Amino acid sequence: MSIETVAQNLVFGLFVGSMYGVAAVGLSLVFGVLKVLNVAHGELLMIGGYVTFWLFAVLRIDPFLSMLVTVPALFLLGVVLDRIIFRHVTRLTGEAKIKNSLLVSFGLSLILQNVVIQLFRADERSVQTSYSGTGLTAFGIVLPYTRLLILVIALVAILSLHTFLQRTYTGKAIRATAEDWEAAALAGISIQSVYLLTFGLGAALAGIAGTLVSVSYSITPSIGLAWTLRALVVIVLAGTGRILGAFPVGLFLGVAEALSATFIGPAYRELVGLVIFLFVLLLRPQGLFGRT
Amino acid sequence: MLEVRELAAAYGDLRVLWDISLEVHTGEIVVLIGPNGSGKTTFLRTVAGLHRPLSGDIRLEQTPIHTLPAHQIVERGIILVPEGRRLFGGMSVLENLELGAFTARARVKRHEMLKRVLDLFPILSERLHQRAATLSGGQQQMVAIGRALMGLPRLLMLDEPSLGLAPLVVQNIFEVVRDIGREGVTVLLVEQNARVALQLADRAYIVEQGRIVDQGTGAHLLADQHVRRAYLGYAPRAGTTTDRSASLRE
Repeated sequence: MSIETVAQNLVFGLFVGSMYGVAAVGLSLVFGVLKVLNVAHGELLMIGGYVTFWLFAVLRIDPFLSMLVTVPALFLLGVVLDRIIFRHVTRLTGEAKIKNSLLVSFGLSLILQNVVIQLFRADERSVQTSYSGTGLTAFGIVLPYTRLLILVIALVAILSLHTFLQRTYTGKAIRATAEDWEAAALAGISIQSVYLLTFGLGAALAGIAGTLVSVSYSITPSIGLAWTLRALVVIVLAGTGRILGAFPVGLFLGVAEALSATFIGPAYRELVGLVIFLFVLLLRPQGLFGRT
Repeated sequence: MLEVRELAAAYGDLRVLWDISLEVHTGEIVVLIGPNGSGKTTFLRTVAGLHRPLSGDIRLEQTPIHTLPAHQIVERGIILVPEGRRLFGGMSVLENLELGAFTARARVKRHEMLKRVLDLFPILSERLHQRAATLSGGQQQMVAIGRALMGLPRLLMLDEPSLGLAPLVVQNIFEVVRDIGREGVTVLLVEQNARVALQLADRAYIVEQGRIVDQGTGAHLLADQHVRRAYLGYAPRAGTTTDRSASLRE
């Protein structure tokens, strides 16, 4: 096996991993702040993909450009979902909260899937731009333009989120709420507003991931669960409470899958993630970046 | 300033407060003492809006506040330093202090307040960029009080600020509380360390099993037989279990 083949697979692993990373950071943000596991996160991603597809198929808008519409639309959808559904769950405490969050979001994922089936039918869809299939070649490695853009957009999204959380007053309020919501309330932070904004941001990140997925894979209304599960594996690997730690772990998982497909065989691609998952849980249950 | 009437509170089926009525006047330092589990913490949490009362009402300058969410109570100037400090451990000391000034009212004055907090606790100037979780207990308590002051309290409520701290540090914390009181901030203090707290207090209430059983000036309660026996560790005859547990707490 040539070094180019390995390098090529490694690079493709990074491209795929950047999508895992963005999907996982959205889920991780909502989980870390609201302490709610949103099983419908994958469906939000799927809807992001369909909005991009629709804008492309009907209005001929470039998928990357259409993020200017998709991302705010998903943010709004997230805000509405928090306001009408998740607000009633976040008010609960302890076991009731986690159980209800699972039930409610699982129900929501079924509803969203069926709404999309009604609107778009269950056929596979994909976004083929004029530049799909073209790309650069460097050192014998092919770098398709769409994949490069995916990586760049993923990095920009995560760095913007990082800057927002670290530098702005609102971002700090979100981090404070994630650490201790009662102490945050005593500092004068409106917890409901933080939850609303955070759920919107989580959905917006799902929207970004959805767009990226729609230009690299075909989408159907049923892809959501697979993405939720993958995002869940990534955030557990990263360690819960490490919101942005999910991104490098997503990249890592993408690369690990790609390399195992190269060295062991494509059939083991999905398996390797779960094996890593198992070993991390056994040896380092707090996650790769978790603090004990 | 603060007027509480016939306040009752519970956790699920477990009744914690029965019929608490008390008043805090502007400029006073008022102390609540009582044994563990008597409902002092629940009382402060209820005033701060973290816990909804079963019945009764809480008024700030005649306006009822017990239906407001916690952040709006902070906006009105009632700020709680919670039991156990509850810092944002993963964030820096500076970020913790900045977050104390989150309300619009406090944010405009955050630079001058930060200077004042660092004057009160000079040691924190050297620790501003350290993660709050890495500080010692005493320094964490300073950050917790500092964070509350950043919110420009009119009524500052402190829940067991001396808990788990070395005697010298406790002394320092209480001196600061006294200074804060002298600068015109009204203080409502819950404290296990009854002797020190009563010396500081203008007035005090004794809470036992969710009810107010006695009240008076700090000096009056310091001289009271029951208070001396139960909370100050003076027993006419050593030996009863309540006396022993009270002196252990001392």
